[in-house]
Amino acid sequence: MSLTPQDVARIATLARLELEADQSARMLTQMNNFFAIVEQMRAVDTTGIEPLTHPVATIGEIALRLRPDVVSETNAREANQRSAPAVERGLFLVPKVIE
Amino acid sequence: MTTSTSLSRQALHDLSVCEMVAALQSRQLSAVELAQHFLQRGQLHGNLGAFVDIQEEVTLAQAQAADARLAQGSTAALEGVPIAHKDIFVTRDFATTAGSRMLQGYRSPFDATVVAKLAAAGMVTLGKLNCDEFAMGSSNENSAIAAVGHSAVLPVRNPWNTDYVPGGSSGGSAVAVAARLAPAATGTDTGGSIRQPAAFCGITGIKPTYGRASRYGMVAFASSLDQAGPMARTAQDCALLLSAMCGPDLDRDSTSLDVPAQDYSRGLNDGLEGLRVGVPREFFGEGLADDVRKAIDAALQQLELLGARLVPISLPRTELSIPVYYIIAPAEASSNLGRFDGVKFGHRAPHYSDLADMYRKTRAQGFGAEVQRRIMIGTYVLSHGYYGAYYLQAQKIRRMIADDFQQAFQHCDVIAGPVAPTAAWKLGEKSDDPVASYLADIFTLPASLAGLPGMSLPVGFSGTSGPPGLPIGMQLIGNYFQEARLLNVAHRFQQATAFHSARPTGF
Repeated sequence: MSLTPQDVARIATLARLELEADQSARMLTQMNNFFAIVEQMRAVDTTGIEPLTHPVATIGEIALRLRPDVVSETNAREANQRSAPAVERGLFLVPKVIE
Repeated sequence: MTTSTSLSRQALHDLSVCEMVAALQSRQLSAVELAQHFLQRGQLHGNLGAFVDIQEEVTLAQAQAADARLAQGSTAALEGVPIAHKDIFVTRDFATTAGSRMLQGYRSPFDATVVAKLAAAGMVTLGKLNCDEFAMGSSNENSAIAAVGHSAVLPVRNPWNTDYVPGGSSGGSAVAVAARLAPAATGTDTGGSIRQPAAFCGITGIKPTYGRASRYGMVAFASSLDQAGPMARTAQDCALLLSAMCGPDLDRDSTSLDVPAQDYSRGLNDGLEGLRVGVPREFFGEGLADDVRKAIDAALQQLELLGARLVPISLPRTELSIPVYYIIAPAEASSNLGRFDGVKFGHRAPHYSDLADMYRKTRAQGFGAEVQRRIMIGTYVLSHGYYGAYYLQAQKIRRMIADDFQQAFQHCDVIAGPVAPTAAWKLGEKSDDPVASYLADIFTLPASLAGLPGMSLPVGFSGTSGPPGLPIGMQLIGNYFQEARLLNVAHRFQQATAFHSARPTGF
């Protein structure tokens, strides 16, 4: 299996990455080199094996916790917006989305 | 306060963390003296590129506060001892970049749990340490951030030979400890990022069981793999640090385990008589450099002299761990890094046509080449039609790899082998070939995928696989929650050998 330039363009769109032509070409080569070492993995028989998400679940069930959806923090708007690229009157500014 | 004659100024950076604790508690030494000494050393050796942020006033204020607490009789475990943090932990008083242009100049509104816990134990922060961008890399060459005192981005250098890489991704951490710019540092390990740089720089580091240390405030790379851990010169120091770093953080980290913190120092001196050390045959195959093999063989013999018994074992899917890891980690990374969209924090492209264009340009400018590659791989393996063949398949083999370890642990108490197939490589040597550097992670990936505790300790020096004199590390892997056993084995080894006290020339 080999990726095509169209595949790379499609993945870049999904990933929200703008790739220049030379970057796309390099990415294609590198991704295909990478997927060459992935082939051995696809041949493994995994019938009946459950996927492992939390690694410690190997030795027993790990219950993922839920917590009540309540406010736990005090207002820290200023500190939270200190590293924002564009802020006005406490709001994050983004380009116009609806004309 | 005057320093006693037994603790001359020249020797301050040679003290271990445990020695510092004793000297601070007996008031032979002040936290301010220590902080000033290390701040000066950091400046003196700025050409190594270890530090990416220092804030002298913050450090000195923390040291003064520690001295005030000591004067009031504080016996906090690490009161007044300096530490530097990998720049993947968010910090309120220092910049946090994760090695990325995306976060250049970012200031976090809060401290990571690990940072807060070490501060609560009395530690004084010296600054932030360089790392591969978002912890993706094995040589620290993927950082996009200029070190303190430099205007350009320069590679972080291995103090044992400055033409060589320090390893990664916790490269700055390993360099700071090896060059005695800090007595200890934090690191994070996703696929080997504590163990491999510790090995390359001749220091000691441990990654605990996944879920032991809180991930809250660690800039996320691959959430089912990321774990924090300490890096220092000895197992004894690591035990003290790890005891302060771990513990449940149930409200803030959904995968944090409800397992109480432990005193890892208590069993350090236990005997090794009858200890069964598993030696996986797959870790000693063709790809292993001769000098690494020789050093590990000698270290295994040393363990035998200490009473351990070597047991041949097999981890049959060792090689498969490379594709499995490099599917799972990029998949999780592509999801985690989705948050960098130029809206709430971080870089935003200066020119764009609309919102979608802003996202694309922001991310293309903010992320480096390796990060973009992993986002692309991750996006692809999670996309419609490929999810089952790649991501799900990788997660299934991940379980098989974890089960292989459980099989092995029926025959042994700990597993020992090399950390990496070779000693450190030359700067630039693998930077054009990402797959070559992925392959070099082969011995650290299996324990990462299984979520097992793993550590690295220095056991020798290179001779044939590069220039002589580069450190070689041995890896110890334990079963879940067996950190204390690993530290015990490493400590007894270090009581009997001197590799951990070797010092790079000039430092």
